[in-house]
Parts: sequence; C-alpha cells; structure tokens
Amino acid sequence: MRINFEAKKVWWLLGLLVAAPATILASEWSGYLTAEFRAFERSPLDGEQKGGASAAAIFESEFYHEWDNGDQAFEFIPYFRIDSHDEERDLIDIRELSYLLVHDDWEFRLGISKVFWGVAESQHLVDTINQTDLVANPDGEDKLGQPMLQTVYVSDYGDFSVFILPGFRERTFPGREGRLRSIPWVDTDNPIYESGDEDSHVDFAFRWSKYIGDFDIGFHYFRGTNRDPDFIPGLDSDGNPVLRPFYEQMDQVGLDLQYTREGWLWKLEALGRETSSKRYSSMVGGFEYTLYGLFDSSMDLGLLAEIHLDSRGLSAPNPFNRDLFAGGRLTWNDEADTSLIAGAFYDPENGSTLGRIEWERRLKNNYKLEIEAQKLTNIDSFDPFFSLRRDSFLQVSISRYY
Amino acid sequence: MNYTISKTLAFKMSALLASAPLLANVTPEERGLEIAVEVDLRDTGFGDTKAEMEMILANRHGETSTRQMAMKTLEVAGDGDKTLITFDQPRDVKGTAFLSFTHKIGADDQWLYLPALKRVKRIASNNKSGPFVGSEFAYEDLSSQEVEKYTYKFIRDEEFEDVSHHIVERYPVDRKSGYTRQIVWIDSDRYIVTKIDFYDRKDELLKTLTFEEYKQYLGKFWRADRMLMVNHQTGKNTELQWSNYQFENGYSSRDFDQRSLQNAR
Repeated sequence: MRINFEAKKVWWLLGLLVAAPATILASEWSGYLTAEFRAFERSPLDGEQKGGASAAAIFESEFYHEWDNGDQAFEFIPYFRIDSHDEERDLIDIRELSYLLVHDDWEFRLGISKVFWGVAESQHLVDTINQTDLVANPDGEDKLGQPMLQTVYVSDYGDFSVFILPGFRERTFPGREGRLRSIPWVDTDNPIYESGDEDSHVDFAFRWSKYIGDFDIGFHYFRGTNRDPDFIPGLDSDGNPVLRPFYEQMDQVGLDLQYTREGWLWKLEALGRETSSKRYSSMVGGFEYTLYGLFDSSMDLGLLAEIHLDSRGLSAPNPFNRDLFAGGRLTWNDEADTSLIAGAFYDPENGSTLGRIEWERRLKNNYKLEIEAQKLTNIDSFDPFFSLRRDSFLQVSISRYY
Repeated sequence: MNYTISKTLAFKMSALLASAPLLANVTPEERGLEIAVEVDLRDTGFGDTKAEMEMILANRHGETSTRQMAMKTLEVAGDGDKTLITFDQPRDVKGTAFLSFTHKIGADDQWLYLPALKRVKRIASNNKSGPFVGSEFAYEDLSSQEVEKYTYKFIRDEEFEDVSHHIVERYPVDRKSGYTRQIVWIDSDRYIVTKIDFYDRKDELLKTLTFEEYKQYLGKFWRADRMLMVNHQTGKNTELQWSNYQFENGYSSRDFDQRSLQNAR
C-alpha cells in the first residue's frame, strides 16, 4: 500500500516534468528596459563626488504563471541596474520570487515579495514591510524584495494578514562618488544592528484592513528590525569619516485611513514606534480633490495637500518632521496616458523647499518617455536636505516595454 | 385545480397588459419604462461572465492604438453588477486592474491596482462622464445599465436595418452625467440595444454607439461581439472587439474583492 503511494508520487512528479515545457510555453514574460540620464544644476559639494551628467540602464523582467483557475501562481521578477557614476547604484535584486496559493477565504504567499500599505501620496509612512531602494529614486517609491510567509484570511470582518519575515534587507544609499547623498556618505558595508541576529532576525507583522462604505481602514502591528536606520558617525576601512546605518529593533503600531466622497479623498497615515532608546509618533494626512473635465476638455486636475508631523521634531532623522506638501496632478486622459505631477515640500520652520515635477507619456505602443526634475531652494543648514543643496537635477528616461 | 386557476388568471393578466397600450391610457413615459424593464428582465439571471476585449482607438487621421483587457462580471441581485477589468496591453500598464461595484442608486465604489507599487487605491467614482482609458467610451457608457439610472420616454416604433425597433429616449438621473439625453434603438423582438445616440450637456449630438454581431449564450442572454463608438464632434472613434465570452464561471463576491484585485492578471 505504502509502496504504491510512493510510486504514484514518483509518476506524478515525472508527469509534471514532462508537462513542464508545455506549461512554460503557456506562461508569459513581460518587462522593460530603461535608459536614464541625469544632469545636475551645480557641481557637487564634496570633492569625492563625481560631477557631470550620469547615465543608468535598468532592466526588469517578470515571469508569471498561474494555474488551478488562478488559485495558484508563481511569479519571478529579477531587477538589474547599472550606473555610470556611482557603483552603489549598481544593483541586482530579486523583487519577486514567490508562490501564491488561494484556498477559499485563505491566501498563502511564500517567497520574496512586495506588499504595500497606505494611502498618502507625498510620503509612504506606514508602508513598512519592504525596504526602500533609495538610490533607485530619491522619492522613495522603489522597494526591495522581502522574504516572507504571508497568510491572509478574508472575512466579513475584514482581511486579516499575518507576516513572518525571515531576513532583513538594508536600505540602499548613494556611494562615495554618487550625488543626492549625505556628507559624509553612508557606509553600507558596515551597518550596525541592535539585534545579535543582525540581518537574519525574523520579523513579524499583523495587519487588518477593511472597507466600510466610503471608508478604507487599515491597522497594523510590526515587531522587528526598523527599516528606517539611524546614523552613527564612524570611519570606513580606509579611515574616511562615514555615517554607519544603525538598525534598531522596534515595536510599531500604525493606522491608514481614507474617506472617499464625490471628488474628495481624505487621507491619514499615523504610526507609533517604540525602540530600546526612544518612543515617538509620526503622521501624514491631507486630501486629494479632483476637478474632472477641466475647462470642458477631457483633462482632469487633482489637487493635493498633505501635512507631515513627527513627534521628534528637529531631531527626526527624516526630512519630513514638520512639513507641508502641496501639489497637483494633471491627467490628459488621452491615448498616450500623458500625465504631469508637480509638488513641493515646504518646511515652515526654516523655509527649506523641495520642488518636484514628473511628466510622462507613452510613445507608440511600447515606449514611455519620462521627464523628472527636482529643485531644492533656500535649504536651511539644520535641514536634513542641507547636504543635497547643490543636487537639483533634471532626469530624462526612455523605456521600452515588452 | 389550483394550477388551472392560476394559469387562467395569468392569461387574463397578460391579456390585460398586452391591451394596455391600445387603450391609450399609458403615457409615453410609462411605455418607455416598460420597455427598459423588459430589456433588464431579459438579461436578469446571467450570473457571471468572463470575456476578453480589444479596444481600438482611432483619431480623425485614422491613426490607431490598441489596448487589451480582460473583464469579469458578477451579477448582484438587487444592486448593480461588480466588475473586474485587468489590462494586458499596452505593456506599460500590464497588470493594472480596476474593480468597480456599481450601485442602482448613489455613487459606485471603485478601486485601482497599480502593479509597480503593488498598491490598491480607492478612487473617486464621480468621474462618470470622463473618458475610460483615453477612449471615446465614458465610464458611464461601460458601467452596468440599471433601470433606475434613467427616466424614460417612448418615442415610436420603426424599422431599423429591416428589424422592428422600439425607440426610447432616456434621461440620466445623475446630475454628474455628461449627457442630457440618449436615444436608444431596441430590437422589439429580442429586447436588445442596437444603437444609442448620445447628446451632450448642450443637447448637441455627441456620439453614436452601435452594437453588432450579437450572439446568444445559454439559450437566453445576448452579447455583442463588436461595439463601435463614433464621436461626431472630434472625428475620433473607439471600437471594442469582444471574444471568448464565458458564462457560468461560478464566481462569488470573493472573486471581486481587494485581494482578488491584487492577484488578478
């Protein structure tokens, strides 16, 4: 009996191997290749930094295969980046390598994956699970893949998610020769961990989310390595002064809330953190209001305003301690999906301003042209952006999708 | 015995209803509503559908661009349908998905999934008159057509393409609609829509939508394989080509929630 069962398993496996090539053919690859050019307004502040325009090439590909009516899926997204100026911008990453199983009201995901939490536009405060790939773009929208076992239970009382996160990813920072960095630079070769397990500490998270009428609500609890490092001055192996990232252990609770009514989206993200050395809270909140069919055209204009607060005030290591953000999003609603987003962060205490504009448009069916500019003005010497004050830049990128 | 009685009663009732228009005590508004209710009734009970759609956008110079998407629909008893649209082409928006819960009365609930960030975003749904993905179709043209969304007026019966049609004018209830009125041609035998003229807020003819190549499914429900929307004011048009229509997929509301939005391909 037992032998029979084992034999069955072998046949099943053999069958799977034979069937595999056919399955792979039925699957799909997609992705993009980007050429990116960045020019800075002024020469670098630090003599170690390379001046002049830089170029980068980025390649991301996705392999996706689902079976069992989509109740099982496999996803693989490798990511490659190479930069002409800053070797810390060179990166090979696995953004996704995961298996998904959906069984009635249960979902399981095992592998490297990405999870998004939150509602705000100008900062992703409560988006905790994945580490930020800061060198990809200073706006912090890019994230690194995170190993996880995620279990979700979907019910009438909301979605309950439990995450077990083995392994920690360090934040990427521009290197010694790169722009848009602190002075001195961050030495990513010598991080300091509070936990003796260093980057193999197993983190844990729980999230509940639900929509109730016009409200979308999410709560979470996270225990483990803080993705946002503190910085400790030190020396690198060559004796240069550097900042060493310090990753603490923390307990975090957070809330994200959106109220959607007519053309209004009201948003709030808030979190409280406790580490062995401190306890603090921060929030971002505001609105997005969209004017549809601007001047009788098919264009839409979204108006955005958000407030950033951090209980640590001036000692907060992030630039959004007590700042205001205002911006607009213009959508052409044309066949090329043309859009323009512009916004500015303003620190009312010291007058420092960071402005940002992003324009994009599809060309033909498979190309996309993106133009981005970031301008820093009136940067106060106490502002975290002070070391970036000469790093206003213009970036042009063209991508080929397949 | 009971059966005979009820059958007789039913016969009398239907005779009464059938003769009603002849009695001329039915207003054009009542007759218009009656036709709309019949159109809705004939499509009630379809359960769920799945189909693929190719959207061809053409400008006045004849230059075209194409989009491909898959659409799942779940019929919701007593309310509007739930739909999940997943984009495949153009490639830069591949994986983007749109979930919509339409309601007979009040604002719809809509969520967008952005695959690059893996972000689900609740979006404002009062953009009914805005273009759907840059096409000549407005959101309100594609959302589920509920009887309650309009008031009606019967115009006349006429032959259209050698088939007898009811012509009904309808007026959107929602003030946010981009139209003052629509004139709808309804096949008077099959009770399916074959043509709609849309009049803009200035009451000028804006667009004409024609439905072609209707096919019947499960011996009851009609779906058009081709829909053509022509904008008379801009000279642009959008053609929808539907394929692989499937009914009885066994979908539940679980297939139309924020989780399934993230997993949809």
